[in-house]
Amino acid sequence: MIGSLLAAEVCKPNECFAVPANIAFGIGAAFMIFSAIKVVTTKNIVHAALYLVLVLAGVGLNFLLLQAEFLAVTQFLVYIGAIVVLFLFGIMLTRAPLGVSDDLDNPKAKVGAIATALIVLAVMAGSLIASFKDTKLAFTAPNSVEALSDSIFSQYLIPFEMVSVMLLAALIGAIVLARKD
Amino acid sequence: MLHHVWIIPALCALSFVLTLMFGKRTPGRGHWIGITFVTAAFVLSLVTAGQWIQRSGDHVETQAQALADVDPSCSTTSAELAKSGGTDEGHGEKAAAGAADDGHSTEAAASEGEGHGAGAEKAEKEEHFSRPIVDCVHWFTSGGIDVTVGTMVDGQSVLMLVVVTLISLLVHVFSTDYVGGDRRYTHYFAFLSLFTASMLFFVLSENTLQMIVGWELVGVCSFALIGHWWEEKPNSDAALKAFITNRVGDIGLLVGVITLFFVSGSRFNILDINTAANEGSISHGMLRIASICLIAAVMSKSGQFILHTWLPDAMAGPTPVSALIHAATMVVAGIYMVARLYPVFFEGLQIGGSSVNLLVVVGSVTALFGALLGFVQKDIKKTLAYSTVSQLGFMVAALGVGAWTAALFHLFTHAMFKACLFLGAGSLSHANHHSFNMVDDMGGMRKVMPRTFATYVIAALSLCGIFPLAGFWSKDEILAGTGGWNYANGAYTFSMIMLLAAAFCTAAYMTRTVWYAFLGEYRGHHHPHESGPRITIPLIVLSVMAVIAGFANIPEGFRMGLPASWALKFEHIVEPVGIFFPGKEQGFTHAEFNGKLALVATLVGVLGIVIPLAFYYGKLPFLVNLSSRVKFFGFLKRILENKYYLDWLYTDVIVGFVKLPLAKATYWFNQNAIDGVVNGAGKSAAATGRWVYKYIDQGVVDGTVNTIGTVAGSSGEELRRSQTGHVQQYAALFFAAAALLAGVIVVVVGG
Amino acid sequence: MLINQFLLLAAVLFSIGVYGVLVRRNGVLVLMSIELILNAVNINLVAFGAQHGVSGQVFALFVIAVAAAEVGVGLAIILLIYRNRHSIDLDELDELKG
Repeated sequence: MIGSLLAAEVCKPNECFAVPANIAFGIGAAFMIFSAIKVVTTKNIVHAALYLVLVLAGVGLNFLLLQAEFLAVTQFLVYIGAIVVLFLFGIMLTRAPLGVSDDLDNPKAKVGAIATALIVLAVMAGSLIASFKDTKLAFTAPNSVEALSDSIFSQYLIPFEMVSVMLLAALIGAIVLARKD
Repeated sequence: MLHHVWIIPALCALSFVLTLMFGKRTPGRGHWIGITFVTAAFVLSLVTAGQWIQRSGDHVETQAQALADVDPSCSTTSAELAKSGGTDEGHGEKAAAGAADDGHSTEAAASEGEGHGAGAEKAEKEEHFSRPIVDCVHWFTSGGIDVTVGTMVDGQSVLMLVVVTLISLLVHVFSTDYVGGDRRYTHYFAFLSLFTASMLFFVLSENTLQMIVGWELVGVCSFALIGHWWEEKPNSDAALKAFITNRVGDIGLLVGVITLFFVSGSRFNILDINTAANEGSISHGMLRIASICLIAAVMSKSGQFILHTWLPDAMAGPTPVSALIHAATMVVAGIYMVARLYPVFFEGLQIGGSSVNLLVVVGSVTALFGALLGFVQKDIKKTLAYSTVSQLGFMVAALGVGAWTAALFHLFTHAMFKACLFLGAGSLSHANHHSFNMVDDMGGMRKVMPRTFATYVIAALSLCGIFPLAGFWSKDEILAGTGGWNYANGAYTFSMIMLLAAAFCTAAYMTRTVWYAFLGEYRGHHHPHESGPRITIPLIVLSVMAVIAGFANIPEGFRMGLPASWALKFEHIVEPVGIFFPGKEQGFTHAEFNGKLALVATLVGVLGIVIPLAFYYGKLPFLVNLSSRVKFFGFLKRILENKYYLDWLYTDVIVGFVKLPLAKATYWFNQNAIDGVVNGAGKSAAATGRWVYKYIDQGVVDGTVNTIGTVAGSSGEELRRSQTGHVQQYAALFFAAAALLAGVIVVVVGG
Repeated sequence: MLINQFLLLAAVLFSIGVYGVLVRRNGVLVLMSIELILNAVNINLVAFGAQHGVSGQVFALFVIAVAAAEVGVGLAIILLIYRNRHSIDLDELDELKG
């Protein structure tokens, strides 16, 4: 519903234009990109985690813009609520250098990494623009939580169960790995 | 018995086996086995002879009937005769009296009609066909040829059967006393039996292969018996010399037999070969070659000049052995062989038409030169050995001039008196502690050994050819056969002269031995006495035979009132008549008795006795020590003493050449040339191997492999630098590669 | 809204995450960069889900679950590394060096 509010459109004679959604998207995208760059460049490891939180929140916002409310909430709860906390625990347990520290980056690899990242970006962007040029998001498919749950528990039931088993395995595995013996 | 005559050699072979295996345990240490079996063989031989004589009295009309008892699986003569219609005048069906036979060829012969060729002419001639009996069994097949083994009974083989078994029996009895207590008594008797068996096997052979077997067997027995006391080296040397010299001639035998096999149309049977040769179906050139090869065999076995050197040395064996083997039987094997295959020689050497041929030259030369050697011997046995050589020369010469019957008749009489002479010499030495040196150890023996003296003199006179003893008749027949002085054929005058000279020499050296051994005063150091009955009885038997044997072949012109059927009895029994023996159309003739020639021969013999006696009794002083006074005679005597330097030639020149220079050269060649090639091949192979190893294996192959390895290693070293262990570096490469690949796909696929 | 804007945003985030994975030394920071990548993928999935059906969201959900599990196990490993080496500097982890 909120998404539909945000997705309100302004229609011109030949084309409808969802202004607030786009503005929200633009601001969110700018935040996300800035935060992401900060995640990978900051010299403070805790700041990196916090910038990650911002990125993840931006992703949640994008979900909302795409009318996937359940997923947005899950993103906030799981990612920001649990995974970032895990990261913070990891930082703490590994006695990461708090505050500014200079050797969080590998200087030798910077050039190659930039090059690689730019290549990847170029390829993907090129192919995306070439394929999807001006395709609009139609929101024609059923998008509700109801449809989502129906799909999970009927069509994707087995993957769902597998994922739960996998989570169990990961849980046990993490305990086994990290216990002191 | 005629069809079962194989029993006779089989008995002697059985005696050999039994003596060897059980002889030591039997009473008399084996000699009773030998004597029993040889007596049985002798009796059976007499029976066979009787049957043969009776058979030769029955006459048949046709040649085919005469060959009715020839087994066609052995000899194809009768079959071919039947094929070509060899009967004549057609009335042969029922006239084959006494031709007992199992129906092989009688129907074939009887059903044929016309006859032509030799058979017809023979029937017109009032000569009666001789009817040999040939039986055989299949021996082996090789290369498509069936070889048989069997017996051929005719006059010749029957004669030899009787002679061999009689002399063997007498020698067995003599040996029981002479070699009594010998170190190998049983072995000796065993080999006597084996020899008898081998000789009988030889004379009964129906094909040339069997003859070779028998020939070699008697050679082996001769070797074993000459070397009976082989512990003393001269004896074993003599045995080896005998065997090896015989071997030289045996090559001729083999080549001759093989030649005859091929030219007679792949046949070994004696009747077939003879028929083929006699009828002219073999070329004269091939027959001549075969004859020459066979003459080489005769020269070695029968001690003809240049290959006679083994005979005197063979006297190293026991005296009974010399009597049996080297006087009476084995040495006549060559004579027998020539007589058996006579058409080959008659046609090949043109005996009927020519005036000189190899046989008569060899025989005459042997007769004379052998006789000459008898004058310089101190050993009585060696004198007798040279006498044997000379007499064998007589027989060969007889065969060479075409006097076939004369040769065999002389063989018969010679066996008798020569065996008697040898056994007499044995008796002498037995009394003289086994010394044969008549010059140094004997003398005046007639006083103490009268029986030996009497028998010896009778036999010696027979050998000299004194009328009416056996030797006179046989020797005279040979001389008549030469046809010298325009008698008979008138062809072989030179032979007659040489034989007469040899007869003179024979008489002379026999007188010498009698003088040295029996006359004069005793020069030895022992106390001789007459030998026992086992020695003297064989002597007596043989001397009686030496007297009466000559009357077997009284010539027609000398019957002196005896019944006509007594004339030429030997010839009628022994000489073959048929398509397998030369007859009138081949130029074969019989010499007439010639009184003048007989007189001359007797005179020569008498002179040969009288002149030496006169010399020894001192009546001819101008002859004393002639050889030391006149250089020429001394030179001649030295040649004789050195036996014409033949032994020197054989041992020192020929064998010496082979032993030292030839052997050394061959050894050098073997070591340097042959081994050099082999070693060189080996060395070059090894060098090649080393080179290949060094350059190709190590260099190229291993180099390649090592280079690959090194390259792999060094490239790995290089590539390993990319394995830094830094995961992020791996991730970087991974991402870059994935991105590039994706780009390529997008560009290429997308368009 | 163009679908491309979401997709391009996701691509940018993805490449930033790639840069982070390759550059950062600290293991925890590498995991964070991996999270960036995963989230970029999630945006992609949901964008397509809006276009084609609810499957996109389903997959995004699964991705979130897997990411969670992965971070848990990854941090456990990093803890172990820290325990053994007293440092989680990835540059020092060159045991696999050839």
